[in-house]
Amino acid sequence: MVKEIEKTGIPVVHVCTVTPISITVGANRIVPAIAIPYPFGNPAKTSQEEKQIRRKLVETALNALTTPVTEQTIFEVK
Amino acid sequence: MSATKKLRVVHYINQFYAGIGGEEKADHKPEIREGVVGPGVALKAVFGNDAEITHTVICGDGYFNENLETAKKELISMIKGANPDLFVAGPAFNAGRYGVACGTICDLVQKELGIATVSGMYRENPGVDMYKKDVYIIETNNSAVDMKNAAPKMAKLGLKLARKEEIGASIEEGYLPGMSRINFFDYARGSKRAVDMLLKKLAGQPFVTEYPMPDFDRVEPGKPIKDMKKATIALVTSGGIVPKGNPDHIESSSASKYGEYDIKGVNDLTEKTHETAHGGYDPLYANQDSDRVLPVDVLRDLEKEGKIGKLHNLFYTTTGNGTSIKNSREFAAEFAQKLVAAKVDAVILTST
Amino acid sequence: MNLELGYIKIKDIKFADKAEVKNGVLSVSKKDLEKIILEDENFTAVDFDIAKPGESVRITPVKDVIEPRCKVSGGGDIFPGVVSKVHTVGTGRTHVLSGMAVVTTGAIVGFQEGIIDMSGVGADYTPFSKTLNLCINFTPKKGLHTHTYEESLRKAGLKVAYHLGKLGKDVKPDEIKSYEYLPMMQSAKKYPNLPRVGYVQMLQSQGLLHDTYVYGVDMKQSLTTMISPLEIFDGAILSGNCVSACDKNTTYHHQNNPVIEDLFEQHGKTINFCAMIITNENVFLADKIRSSDWTAKIVSHLDLDGVIISQEGFGNPDTDLIMNCKKVEGVGVKTVIITDEYAGREGTSQSLADADPAADAVVTGGNANQVITLPKLDKVIGTLDYTDKIAGGFKGSLNKKDGTITVEIQAITGATNELGFNKLSAR
Repeated sequence: MVKEIEKTGIPVVHVCTVTPISITVGANRIVPAIAIPYPFGNPAKTSQEEKQIRRKLVETALNALTTPVTEQTIFEVK
Repeated sequence: MSATKKLRVVHYINQFYAGIGGEEKADHKPEIREGVVGPGVALKAVFGNDAEITHTVICGDGYFNENLETAKKELISMIKGANPDLFVAGPAFNAGRYGVACGTICDLVQKELGIATVSGMYRENPGVDMYKKDVYIIETNNSAVDMKNAAPKMAKLGLKLARKEEIGASIEEGYLPGMSRINFFDYARGSKRAVDMLLKKLAGQPFVTEYPMPDFDRVEPGKPIKDMKKATIALVTSGGIVPKGNPDHIESSSASKYGEYDIKGVNDLTEKTHETAHGGYDPLYANQDSDRVLPVDVLRDLEKEGKIGKLHNLFYTTTGNGTSIKNSREFAAEFAQKLVAAKVDAVILTST
Repeated sequence: MNLELGYIKIKDIKFADKAEVKNGVLSVSKKDLEKIILEDENFTAVDFDIAKPGESVRITPVKDVIEPRCKVSGGGDIFPGVVSKVHTVGTGRTHVLSGMAVVTTGAIVGFQEGIIDMSGVGADYTPFSKTLNLCINFTPKKGLHTHTYEESLRKAGLKVAYHLGKLGKDVKPDEIKSYEYLPMMQSAKKYPNLPRVGYVQMLQSQGLLHDTYVYGVDMKQSLTTMISPLEIFDGAILSGNCVSACDKNTTYHHQNNPVIEDLFEQHGKTINFCAMIITNENVFLADKIRSSDWTAKIVSHLDLDGVIISQEGFGNPDTDLIMNCKKVEGVGVKTVIITDEYAGREGTSQSLADADPAADAVVTGGNANQVITLPKLDKVIGTLDYTDKIAGGFKGSLNKKDGTITVEIQAITGATNELGFNKLSAR
């Protein structure tokens, strides 16, 4: 899916837990997520903390979209 | 088509097998003759009463490859005129230019005339890599001595294709792998086959993997967003997030469709509004709060704060679980056009 | 360690007042079993049925399949840590009620319960069309949470199998197989010229509904570790998961693990089968990396020459598989991996989610996306209510007019098993 969208020229950031698959399928901007059943969350935390985690992930993803890349790049959440 | 009807076959060979000559005659122009020429004799014998080679088309390997577009046109018109039910090319064994010609012309006949085709080649023939995904190519040895083995396999598979019968796995029919993965019952259970393969691998003997690893292609990275404050961001997910009740019945696995849903005015996905249709992971967490898979709440916040221009009002969703890469590709190709039309600047794709 | 497996061939099952195994016939007391099951308050009712090979019977949705076994001698008891106390098993003698299985079914728990057809084309794809099946249909308490329901159902099936297995304790087996599993150094001394071969079994551990239990431990909480293959024969590994029916390892598959059987078949002749390693398939990337690192460390430390790696499930576990393969090859140990494929209904799509050139020796259980039309069968044990919803099904799978069911073989229990239980393959 990543490639089909990116072919049109629209930049894509792939946020996913299993980054090796993302590398294999050819995503260029990759952000590692939390876990498979909750990529943007953590049910063990309070809902406020959880939203903060999610916000950080989304911000990392947006940052990836503004960053020029020439090869497959993983953007870790800071 | 009744099984008793004798099928019409056109056979393609190069100048060498037609007995015209070797390299010095490679510029031989396309011609069509009635009946069997050269290796067609072996095919005729195995076709028996099922099919008849009505015509043989001959072309020099040099001519074909050097005058590709003209040769293709000339050959297609000759073949069309002979009105075959089946088109057979070669076998080309290990002859490179002949193999490429066989593959090219088979591919063309299938696409332009809608006629079934079969060829034959040695696995290292360059024609194999070019056409193994489009043309049924019977695996042969590297020399013409193998004609006696190749002819019956080509004839059998060709008849099946022409009659639109079910085609078996490559290993059963003898064609080179590449066309499509087909199930069949093997000689022993998988664990035994694994032990057999390991014994060979340990002993340094040749073994054949049941699934050769694929090559993955790449695309150019999209240009970065210059001004995020003005950008329209769209959300796409393979995590199966759908409105509560899964209105379009997206399958839990092997999805045959994708969903397009409006989130205009939606600031938060909740247990009441959204859920996941994905059958590959524990759905509890996503069902409690779908923002855990599709972060709509955070993006709406960022939109209000002016950090992004806009969150696109439609999101696209499918279940990645067991869904074939071909299907996902087709879904994505379709909605990518919609994203372009909606002037979306960037996409956040989330996967579980 | 040595273990003898005594196979008692069950030729028929019938309901009777007195439970026993006599002349190859298993008599089952419904009353006894009902008592065992309804001890659990999560069930309000239970009923039993018998499905025999060749009958026009469909069992669905199938949760688990279990073979009744019992310990005759040696330490511990069957299903340690879950049904019996935690105690190392895998020595002495075990009796097997062979040719039969306990099949659990009931209102759906997740998405991934399967279909077993006892006749027709579907029967070719499931090994459980060839066993005499004692089917248990549970009715859960209203409003029961799926996770609790799954646990109750899993345990109830095991308890029934345990109970039935006991009936074979004093019965003379029709066939006895003996297995030898020596300490590493001893086996190397005994077979100095044979290549040392191990088995790496990957266990599904993706979440509450996708777990596998080893001596009662949820495998996702464990690091990669070692176990004796003989322990597996005594039910040390139990299925608790709902991955697609075609490639989930039911408890029966574990009890009869074909990789272990076929490696033992060659043991002492062409190979020295001297190690078994179990690892998990977790949802965190760090876990995947750590567990596969550990697999390679153990394999390397044991100085093995080759291993077979089997997978369970598909999708992101393809990454665990590829990581295990790549890292084990990386320490100079030869691998063969067993997987299955999701190549699309046409068979033209990419089969695995991940790939690496190191995986040059692959055995496949077939393409799970192959579409099949199952004929209408006279009797249904369970319910057809979920046919459209189970993994491999789609809207309209059940043709309400003629009763046929069109699904991917993904929906058939055990169809593309990745322990290599079947002959099905793809090319």
